[in-house]
Amino acid sequence: MAEPPAPTPALPATPPLWRRIWLPVLVFALLALVPFVWGERFILGLVTRAMIMAIAALSLDLILGYGALVSFGHAAFLGLGAYAVAILFSHDIVDAAIAFPVAILVGAGFAFVTGAISLKTRGVYFIMITLAFGQMAFFTATSLSAYGGDDGLRMFHRSEVFGTRVLANDTTFYFVVLGTLAGCFVLLKMIVGSRFGRVLRGAKENERRMRALGFDPFRYRLAAYVIAGAICALAGALFANLGMFVAPAYMTWQRSGEFIAMVVLGGMGTLIGPIIGAIGVTLVEEWLAALTQHWKVIFGPMVVLVAIFARGGIVKLLERVAGK
Amino acid sequence: MTAPILSLNNLHKAYGALKVTDGVSLDVGAGELHAIIGPNGAGKTTLISEITGEVALDAGTVTFDGTDVTALPVHARALKGLTRSFQITQVLPGFTVLENVATAAQAHDGSSFHFFRSAGADRRLNDTAMAALGEVGLAARAILPAASLSHGEKRQLEIAMALVSQPKLLLLDEPMAGMGREETERMVAVLMALKGRYPMVLVEHDMHAVFRLADRISVLVYGQVIASGSPEAVRADPAVREAYLGEEEFG
Repeated sequence: MAEPPAPTPALPATPPLWRRIWLPVLVFALLALVPFVWGERFILGLVTRAMIMAIAALSLDLILGYGALVSFGHAAFLGLGAYAVAILFSHDIVDAAIAFPVAILVGAGFAFVTGAISLKTRGVYFIMITLAFGQMAFFTATSLSAYGGDDGLRMFHRSEVFGTRVLANDTTFYFVVLGTLAGCFVLLKMIVGSRFGRVLRGAKENERRMRALGFDPFRYRLAAYVIAGAICALAGALFANLGMFVAPAYMTWQRSGEFIAMVVLGGMGTLIGPIIGAIGVTLVEEWLAALTQHWKVIFGPMVVLVAIFARGGIVKLLERVAGK
Repeated sequence: MTAPILSLNNLHKAYGALKVTDGVSLDVGAGELHAIIGPNGAGKTTLISEITGEVALDAGTVTFDGTDVTALPVHARALKGLTRSFQITQVLPGFTVLENVATAAQAHDGSSFHFFRSAGADRRLNDTAMAALGEVGLAARAILPAASLSHGEKRQLEIAMALVSQPKLLLLDEPMAGMGREETERMVAVLMALKGRYPMVLVEHDMHAVFRLADRISVLVYGQVIASGSPEAVRADPAVREAYLGEEEFG
């Protein structure tokens, strides 16, 4: 019409491949090297825990970073996954081939029911209602006297894998967790770039516009919530196996807050960010706790500093440094 | 006239004592460009929102393409081909211009519950989007974030998004608002080219543009249609002159 047709439409020029993948490649390479450099049980266990937290933070990022839904009850899914494994264990169902899928289904089911209710609300009400559901899960766990109540529930060994006890080896378990983390990373990468992910991101950008285009954001948010719940429950299943123990403390609201901090500090709306955030927070906490019992006095200001000086999280900071 | 594409029957809406829509009945014929004009606060944007479903009616029915859509939510009406642009532009600011339009196209390209294949690399969606961007003159901006567009360009982007939405009716809420003369001219040219291809409801303050474009004009004052007819008839209507008394542009 008014303008001459553009010469061969320029489709989005994606930045060179290495620019997009250097950070994930670096992070996963470092994680893969850990068992060979620091073989000590303590370090291995600590980094394994950090990676499990990273899976949980990744799942939260799907709804928080890509859906702008601030869930303050995400630890409930971690606890549900952990309890599912431990409770089945107490009934002599010890194989991961059964226990892990059950854990995932429990997480997805809880997410479906609570999500269908809480996603009817917005903003601060959504925060409150997810917090309320999280607390309900917490108090339910404390009252499960048959399964240890407040004291929690012990597993005598790690889940079996088709009758074998391969997970008993800490290094093997480490790589299983690393593999799961990598798998979740790739899976979520695909999801956020898919048609589904595009609708989820679009509803975060401008909900009114998306409705006018013919999308009902609720359905997509609920699906994302269920996916996030399922993945977080998987993290919980791994977490139960790490210490061979579960307790209501796994699903306190403080832990939900910690997940939010991990995602925001690492860089929400990126997928490598929450991984870096989760590992960073876990390691720094451990390090500070070893220095002093008042470690939160130091940790708090550190969070504030990152929030002020690294808008967009650690990932943005790293990219800026690397870009120079 | 063949069956109207849009038929409003006795619409009522009040906020407390304020009647923003007071017994509005209108038909928009197939292929017709129907302009709605009226002084500020006449309830024009509210009327658009009642048609799209954003504002719930107190009474009355909206019939679109032969079916009663009064009870349908916004997204369901949109999927039926009731496509709007906004007075205050509504784009997806963090998406590229291309992805904005591709997202609009995606709504009409089967289910969006596809989790694995990359949407950004979808040739069909991107080609559809690029064609629409070419049509509104935005092809050169395709890879920029929508937030970086000028006001006028965002309006053009909204038109492109409407074009790929398989519209059966375009509802344009002040597409020239806040535009300079040059941008207005470009928009008039775009709308001229679309006229006849799609029936349109145009809410607009720019009287020059309205009288050039419209097949029919309805005048809304205090929530009531006080006149409806051809541009010539509306221009000559004494009641309309009364409502616009003193407004230079109308003379």
